[in-house]
Amino acid sequence: MEFIDYYKILELNKEASADDIKKAYRRLARKYHPDLNPNDAAAKSKFQQINEANEVLSDPEKRKKYDTHGRDWKNQEEAQRQQKERGERYQQSAAGSSQGFAGDFSGSDFSEFFESMFGGGAGGQRSAQIKYRGQDFNATLQLDLKDAYVTHKQTLTVNGKSIRITIPAGVENGQTIKIAGYGGEGINGGPSGDLYITFSITNSTKFKREGNNLYRDVELDLYTAVLGGETTIETFDGEAKVIVKPETQNGVKIRLKGKGFPVYKKEGEFGDLIITWQIKMPTSLSEKEKELFKELAKIKSNGK
Amino acid sequence: MENEHLIAIEEFCIHYKVEPSFIYSLVEFQLVEVVTVEEKKYLSKDQLREVEKMIRMHYDLDINVEGIEAISHLLRRMDILQEELTALKNKIS
Repeated sequence: MEFIDYYKILELNKEASADDIKKAYRRLARKYHPDLNPNDAAAKSKFQQINEANEVLSDPEKRKKYDTHGRDWKNQEEAQRQQKERGERYQQSAAGSSQGFAGDFSGSDFSEFFESMFGGGAGGQRSAQIKYRGQDFNATLQLDLKDAYVTHKQTLTVNGKSIRITIPAGVENGQTIKIAGYGGEGINGGPSGDLYITFSITNSTKFKREGNNLYRDVELDLYTAVLGGETTIETFDGEAKVIVKPETQNGVKIRLKGKGFPVYKKEGEFGDLIITWQIKMPTSLSEKEKELFKELAKIKSNGK
Repeated sequence: MENEHLIAIEEFCIHYKVEPSFIYSLVEFQLVEVVTVEEKKYLSKDQLREVEKMIRMHYDLDINVEGIEAISHLLRRMDILQEELTALKNKIS
């Protein structure tokens, strides 16, 4: 458990007045408050530190206790225990500097240091406390691109409750959906909060997705490219026959309408699949093949 | 609460310990919409999240309604930019 320098957090010195503390808290809170820094975990963590510092320094009793015992709190606790047992002096050693916060405030809004010194469940003076509407919950759901291709149901456990949700085909990476009423319960008859699920979509397929369209490079043999013909290509959920025009150039794109990704919440509608031909040059040519290529080259140069 | 989607402003103000005048100034700045049923004024449940945010800005952070209006506008723009950024990231990944 690290000692936390609350004065340093609020950028104050030990002689700061109650008014200085209030001003410093508000100034820093305006900079780091989660309402003004949405989706910023670093700002949230910083705000929790500022809030905790204010909780201690703005309360004369807590501030006094912190000023008197704060830095030696860990030793003090240990010493009191030892004194009780053997009536001995307590050891004095540096309790460490203010650096190195635990950083993870997800379980509680207060640090281990705070809870050890002042006990849990502090606060109550800020209007941010729930009085009516329940808290919103945020969750991230990881999906593979293949799962996002079809509408499916999934059971999630959020704060110990099982929720069965339908994930519509075509959800985007980074998209957030709101499940109304599945957040924390309201107080004083207030409505429950909402659950916000953000999708994180990984792609283990050969396809690249851009909105509703899918992209893929497909190899094409030289002879089909030159003479034209028909070839079968893999689509996201099957195969498709494609006509290749004679004299197709390397890097040429073709668009297969409706063979792309499903359009979000528009059942039966799909984007396009865009194929880029990568013409494969023949290798390990036989003598016969070399001769024929030479002949072709001759015809081409004579024809000019 | 006469309708589960509507919350009477008076009731709301009691729970959140805010003055009705603050809510009405949010209405004046078109930051919040009020529904009037039989001359009684209500907030819709959908707006609670935003109104709570504005209460925190005003009472915890000492920001006046003009400031809240400017911040709300900037946050909306940030949302749009965030969406664009996600779409662009998806494009290049």
